[in-house]
Amino acid sequence: MDKYIFLIPLFPLIGFLINGLFGKKLGKGVISFIGCATIGFSFIVALFIWKALLALDPGHRLFTETLWQWIGCGGLKVGVSFLIDPLSMVMILVVTGVGFLIHVYSTGYMYEDESYWRYFSYLNMFVFFMAMLVLGGNYLVMFVGWEGVGLASYLLIGFWYQGIDNAIAGKKAFVVNRIGDFGFVLGMFLMFWTFGSLSYMDVFPKALELFEHGSMHLNAPVIVAICLLLFVGATGKSAQIPLYIWLPDAMAGPTPVSALIHAATMVTAGVYMVARTNVLYTLAPTALLVVASIAAATAFFAATMGVLQNDIKKVLAYSTVSQLGYMFIGVGVTAYWAGIFHLMTHAFFKACLFLCSGSVIHAMGGDQDMRNMGGLAKKMPITYITMLAATLAISGLPPFAGFFSKDEILGKAFAFPFYPVAGKIIWFIGTVGAGITAFYMFRLIFMTFHGEFRGTEEQRHHLHESPPNMTVPLIILGTLSLVGGWLGVPELIGRLTGHIPNFLEGFLEPVFEHSSNIVAQYASHAHVSEPVEWTLMTTSVVVAVIGICLAYYIYMVHGRDLPGKLAEKYAFHYQVIYNKYYVDEIYEFLVVLPIYYFSLFLWKVIDGFFIDGIGVNGPAWLVKRTSAGARLVQNGYVQTYGAFMLVGLVTIVCFFIYR
Amino acid sequence: MNAPILTYVTFLPLFGVPFILALPQNSDNGKNLIRGIALVASIITFLASLRLYFAFDPGVAGFQFIEDHPWISSYGIRYHLGMDGLSFWLVLLTTFLTPLTILSTWRAIDKRVKEFQVSMLVLETAMLGTFVALDLFLFYVFWELMLIPMYLIIGVWGGERRIYAAIKFFLYTAVGSLLMLVCIIGLVYFHKEHSGTLTFDLLKLYGTPIPRMYEILFFAAFALAFAIKVPMFPLHTWLPDAHVEAPTAGSVILAGILLKMGTYGFFRFAMPLFPQGSAYFTPLIIVLSIIGIIYGALVAMVQPDIKKLVAYSSVSHLGYCMLGLYVLTRQGVEGSVLQMINHGISTGALFLLVGIIYERRHTRLIKEYGGIARVVPVYSTIFFIVTLSSIGFPTTNGFIGEFLILIGAFKVNKAAAVLAASGVILGAVYMLWMVQRVFYGELKNPKNISLKDMNLREVVYMLPLLVLIFWIGLYPNFFLNKMHVSVDHFISQVKVEKIQQESHVATIFAPLEESGATVPTAKE
Repeated sequence: MDKYIFLIPLFPLIGFLINGLFGKKLGKGVISFIGCATIGFSFIVALFIWKALLALDPGHRLFTETLWQWIGCGGLKVGVSFLIDPLSMVMILVVTGVGFLIHVYSTGYMYEDESYWRYFSYLNMFVFFMAMLVLGGNYLVMFVGWEGVGLASYLLIGFWYQGIDNAIAGKKAFVVNRIGDFGFVLGMFLMFWTFGSLSYMDVFPKALELFEHGSMHLNAPVIVAICLLLFVGATGKSAQIPLYIWLPDAMAGPTPVSALIHAATMVTAGVYMVARTNVLYTLAPTALLVVASIAAATAFFAATMGVLQNDIKKVLAYSTVSQLGYMFIGVGVTAYWAGIFHLMTHAFFKACLFLCSGSVIHAMGGDQDMRNMGGLAKKMPITYITMLAATLAISGLPPFAGFFSKDEILGKAFAFPFYPVAGKIIWFIGTVGAGITAFYMFRLIFMTFHGEFRGTEEQRHHLHESPPNMTVPLIILGTLSLVGGWLGVPELIGRLTGHIPNFLEGFLEPVFEHSSNIVAQYASHAHVSEPVEWTLMTTSVVVAVIGICLAYYIYMVHGRDLPGKLAEKYAFHYQVIYNKYYVDEIYEFLVVLPIYYFSLFLWKVIDGFFIDGIGVNGPAWLVKRTSAGARLVQNGYVQTYGAFMLVGLVTIVCFFIYR
Repeated sequence: MNAPILTYVTFLPLFGVPFILALPQNSDNGKNLIRGIALVASIITFLASLRLYFAFDPGVAGFQFIEDHPWISSYGIRYHLGMDGLSFWLVLLTTFLTPLTILSTWRAIDKRVKEFQVSMLVLETAMLGTFVALDLFLFYVFWELMLIPMYLIIGVWGGERRIYAAIKFFLYTAVGSLLMLVCIIGLVYFHKEHSGTLTFDLLKLYGTPIPRMYEILFFAAFALAFAIKVPMFPLHTWLPDAHVEAPTAGSVILAGILLKMGTYGFFRFAMPLFPQGSAYFTPLIIVLSIIGIIYGALVAMVQPDIKKLVAYSSVSHLGYCMLGLYVLTRQGVEGSVLQMINHGISTGALFLLVGIIYERRHTRLIKEYGGIARVVPVYSTIFFIVTLSSIGFPTTNGFIGEFLILIGAFKVNKAAAVLAASGVILGAVYMLWMVQRVFYGELKNPKNISLKDMNLREVVYMLPLLVLIFWIGLYPNFFLNKMHVSVDHFISQVKVEKIQQESHVATIFAPLEESGATVPTAKE
């Protein structure tokens, strides 16, 4: 199967080129077909490769392919190469699978748009770069995908570019990501000059070899530095503190884009990157601690910000930031497979949530404000049921997908191998955050689907269930939100229900084998006993239920007056959280404006006044004035010449007399 | 190589001149004929230079296609031409860009067409001569010869403040060149003292023993001349003026090729002739390069005029070239050479694009536009692709150049690499902000509603540039392979006094390496 890996990115690339170059002249049916079929083909190829992969011995599940030598300069040799192992397999199945569903959904959602062709060409371009990102066999190919998905994101956020705010949001996303990429690039440099390569197949064995031979100890500064620099890139792409600020604004793009790029796939690239680099991260526990701490902080703060948003997509955006935090907690506490597991279940339920919100927005005629909604359950039952399924999943109620993956992460955080105390704190923050998640998600459900309709009469007449090409993807994703968790059933429950094997952990195990060995060997073995495990699991369910009950109490029992009263009573807190802790304003004031005015100063004062004014025009002015003075000497009047002669003569005579 | 191919390539453009001079330019047909002849002459030159591609042997360290004849024998001045892996690409860049540029002037230049096209052809010959001359005197002749047509192009066909800009350009360059001339003579004198022969031959002058103080002094004079051309901070202020006032063709040639004369000068003359002087000034040059990268980007950000923005971005891009050249690692130097070509392509393309819209609206102020993506989709798409190249987006040429330079710099000087890499962020800021203000948003200015999209001629001259953007981005080895040997040779020539240079270099990660964490496995 090695030889066919390149087909996965090739199909979307072809789709991008055809729709991009000729789409304007093609009919919408053709455009839809090209847009969706290319991704479908990629998914089918991925399935075949998966089959071939499963046929192999678990320890040898690896396909590689190099298309051509890309850069060759001294010791720097980088090929356009692909690598498929269980980790990239899971990723590419999610990307092409969920991607395909969202493409299909888009044929309904975007049908009225005049730039239909442009939309599909961008979307295919995104899948192309995303495939490069997860299939790349070295960090530079990953980086191509990494920046490429950023470009696709930029273009799609600013898709309706006539609204300048959309264009600004797109630019913000690109620039903030560039700041992250700055770290990523430096990480690559340090990696190259340390290990002499950027290829996964060279770097990890080399690091392990150096470690085993004792020439590099645990927590070696250079490895910590590499991991932290790469993580800077991840905070940009995966919207973690302090670079998460672009993601809420990114909701300016079409809703399916939010589902595909800003929820299910692109933003999880950072999690994938850390999992891919697991060998180095495990060798650098300090970096792991940083990752897990930032992740926990992000998971919590983003959840609080989600509580007061009224824009249905903004709630989901903050929820995405928060959920990404959970994934990073997973990979940060060396539970790499759990991070990927949550990545996968999140892709299902969050894509479902976004697409449902798109369906709602569609029905509301473009209105995204939940204060205008209410009681939609009756009008759009399929949307309601699928969204409820996904909400139950994200809230972490058993037996829905999110329960298994989130619980696995929190359980592993509790037993953080290198830092047991920090692990407990992270577990606590994560559990509280899970409660908040359940609260704001059910707040969304209650405000949107229950109670009285609060919109205009016109909207009320417009309310309708979406067409099948939109609802079928919803049903599939909703179903996956329900059952997707059974791919990774924890041992505890597996035993209870009669030996259900944990398929995903077993499948991913070979990828993380070395890391597990290091952890087993060097970490203070924080084993959690069975009763503790049960307690943790029960706690998180109880917390989630409390969150749901609270939401029910505030938004259903008390209806509309209680939220307002609470907002009045805690006006200050309300304002701070409602304005997202003023982080955007602080950045604007501390970073953007100073740079702008400093640049103006450089231009006007340094360039204009000092260099040009004094340095360049100064001498010119001096020469001009001197010449102007000297010119007077030669003015053509005989009298002047006579006077000069007289002065000269007198001077000479005086000189000879008095010397 | 028997046929004097370099002479052919260098002087082929001039063959068009007598024909052009013989034609009347008082009718439209006459003007078109003149343009046609200039175009044909430059295309023939390009085709002739392609011959070099097939004959060039990338395995040879020294110069190829050598022609060496006595010229002014009594002073040891020779007509000595040759080419290596660096000048190879610069010559090809020149012969490639000139026809595209001439094609772009079809409508833009309508007065004194004859004089203009003659200037373009003379300029091409002078530029090609500068890249292939291996005799210092001959080099100097070509170097100064370039000034005249460029001065005329800015001064006659330029904008409102063209006279100021042209004189500024001329004086800046002339001051540097004169000091260089003095030092050329000084160098020749030292060589004669040492070996007894009077010669201006570059290959013989390499390695001339010069007292250290003089070597530093000579390097400083050469470096000044070249740094003005690059231009390096703080000698850059002629550039924005020259660009803003120059007609499109002038800007393209200026940015695309003339600036490379500066970096080429460092590579071919200043650094290998005076390695000790070069080593002495390395810290200063690295610092100035980094200031240039960041300063150019910041100032570009606040420009109200698109062309000036692109001009300042050149200061930033050329900062990368100088940095790469001065870290003296293989990746750095090859990246630098590649970045010279990249800059010629992407900045040349940007100037062409600015020219296209200027021809239609006669303004380059960003605030006059906004939302034009809707009316000129083809133009917007091409502009955006070139923007990606300019901000170093992977799969385009800009990424490869910057990546190689930065990874090369990181080995030698981590602080420099970190600071320089921050310029990559700023690059995205100023370009995308400009794109946003010009192309996105509502179409508010009524003058833009009937803006015409690119016509066939314009697409034709942009297309080759777009192809190269992705060609270099996707398969840079095609270009790098031709320069490996020459770059190695260059590094060995210049690196003689490496020990001295490294003492100046700050390494922020130094304690980290001492701890034994880094294992020096990476080979250059």
